[in-house]
Amino acid sequence: MDPHPGNDSGPAVLAQGLVKRFGDNTALDDVDFVVERAKVVGLLGPNGAGKTTAVRVFTTLIRPDSGRAFIDGIDVWQEPMRAKARIGLTGQYAAVDEKLTAAENLEHIGRLYHLSKATARERGRELLDRFDLSDAADRLVKEYSGGMRRRLDIAMSLIARPSVLFLDEPTTGLDPRSRQGVWELIEELVAGGTTTLLTTQYLDEAERLADEIVVIDHGRVIARGTSEELKQQVGGDRLEVTLADGTDIGQVSGALSPMACGPIVRGGSDDDGHASRTVIVPVLDIDGAIPAAVRQLDAAGVTFADIAPRSSTLDDVFFALTGRPADTDGHVDEPAETQGAASR
Amino acid sequence: MTTTSDPTATSVGTAGVDVKRGAADEIPTGPIWLLKDSWTEATRHLRAMPRNPELLIFATIQPIMFVVLFVYVFGASVDVPIDYKQYVVPGIFCQTVLFNSAFTGVGVADDLSKGIIDRLRSLPMYQGGVLVGRTLSDAVRNVLTFAVMFAVAYAVGFRVEGTIWQAFLATALMFFFSYAFSWIQAWIGLSVGSVEAANSAGFLWMFPLTFVSSAFVDVNNMPSWLQPFARNNPFTILTNACRNLYNGVPAGSDGWLALAWAAGIAIVFAVIAIRKFSRSTSA
Repeated sequence: MDPHPGNDSGPAVLAQGLVKRFGDNTALDDVDFVVERAKVVGLLGPNGAGKTTAVRVFTTLIRPDSGRAFIDGIDVWQEPMRAKARIGLTGQYAAVDEKLTAAENLEHIGRLYHLSKATARERGRELLDRFDLSDAADRLVKEYSGGMRRRLDIAMSLIARPSVLFLDEPTTGLDPRSRQGVWELIEELVAGGTTTLLTTQYLDEAERLADEIVVIDHGRVIARGTSEELKQQVGGDRLEVTLADGTDIGQVSGALSPMACGPIVRGGSDDDGHASRTVIVPVLDIDGAIPAAVRQLDAAGVTFADIAPRSSTLDDVFFALTGRPADTDGHVDEPAETQGAASR
Repeated sequence: MTTTSDPTATSVGTAGVDVKRGAADEIPTGPIWLLKDSWTEATRHLRAMPRNPELLIFATIQPIMFVVLFVYVFGASVDVPIDYKQYVVPGIFCQTVLFNSAFTGVGVADDLSKGIIDRLRSLPMYQGGVLVGRTLSDAVRNVLTFAVMFAVAYAVGFRVEGTIWQAFLATALMFFFSYAFSWIQAWIGLSVGSVEAANSAGFLWMFPLTFVSSAFVDVNNMPSWLQPFARNNPFTILTNACRNLYNGVPAGSDGWLALAWAAGIAIVFAVIAIRKFSRSTSA
């Protein structure tokens, strides 16, 4: 039997009133959340919102000023060893030893979880196989690409079959193709029942991977729910107007502001990072809105390429909640949240 | 996908490979686990060592140069009570072995900046094991460097005048001293957090420490204001003890004093380095 039973019937992860200050900066301000077993919760927020601090509290890297953190009902800061035996951490950096091979890295971490050498090797092989790294198993990790390192990194956090997996910005710094690969990998793990707490600053990542999203800003939880629920919270309908060449956003905003029920904003940039040519107009009722908008634009002499109804996105949610757009510009490597130990 | 059937295992949400709870619930208790975890960490570095021969080579070239330069360039002009080879070579031994402790700081800073320490701190292992493993494996590298240096010293004419036992004692003493210093370096590496900074912060202070000493010249020839420091410098005490032992002279109180310094430094800095470690996170 499990020699150190936790409460396996309750939630896998439970945060109660977590507070952490670094000098004047409050990284966590009374944060609560729950991750049910076999679910994925995404902590979503901009750089410096407190996401990483939350993960570090659960992985015993940072002691909170107040509040409690539970893994399988075990208080992380009362019984850190028992809690640690149940978690796997994939941090912001691919924490792999470049001077070892992938197989050696896995065996090493397995041994530190106190698996026997044989078990650590066997599970290492399983994971390499599963993560498509078998061919490179005996190559030194310093020859690995960024995407391969990240896959190995995630594999290392799974070696002891943790009850809960913590993924801190798993795709930050990866190119789009590697990102896609990591997403598929995480989806596969989730389908296999891995309980996961994921942090991300990317809306599409949260929407794609998380069952529930907890939006954090300035250390506070400002919204939570499924992506659908969050979108409903924002409410209303939207028109998306695509600008014609030579038309600027100001002309469209001027012509349509009488019918808008909220601020008119530029659409998010496209996947290649080009500035958007679309304008989002919130309206109270989509019925009749398109003909009305066309009339208004014609009357003002503004040309446009296209006009269409559009459902809310998480971008809209983020904008409505925080009054500023979320960071969706092309997934560049932006380790701003990781600058200086003093800031966390 | 393997399903290891173990009817006694608790079924919980797991990593998807199968639903058996990992053996990780075996919570380490007792000093035996400290040793096991330390050894596991030491093997990580020992495995990598032969794959980075350049590190060993660089660690060896400088002491070889020092032996040759000091013996042939300064040998004729430095005024010391005994043959200069017999005088300076033990000093160079001590300095080199001590300098090598800086590798510890660099290695720790490297692990910290790469997030490896974050991962290790999240594991159910003894926190101190990471640093114990690191310092011990660095001591192994140090032994290899020493062996090469000793051979070169022998080639230029240095001889052990004392007994094998005395030579062993001298060597063990300098290694213990260096081991103590590697805890200072571990603390420096954790404090500065980057490899580059650990490199300069680790070496810089060791230059005055080792040169303002009896290692290369007779302290009596130094300016009078420098002499009190040079005489009481723990490195002078270490060098005098080792030089005497290699030359067949009993180390006397210097031996005990050097041992006490090393033990004191090791204990104090092991405590503060491990405390620092248990609060360190990457950037």
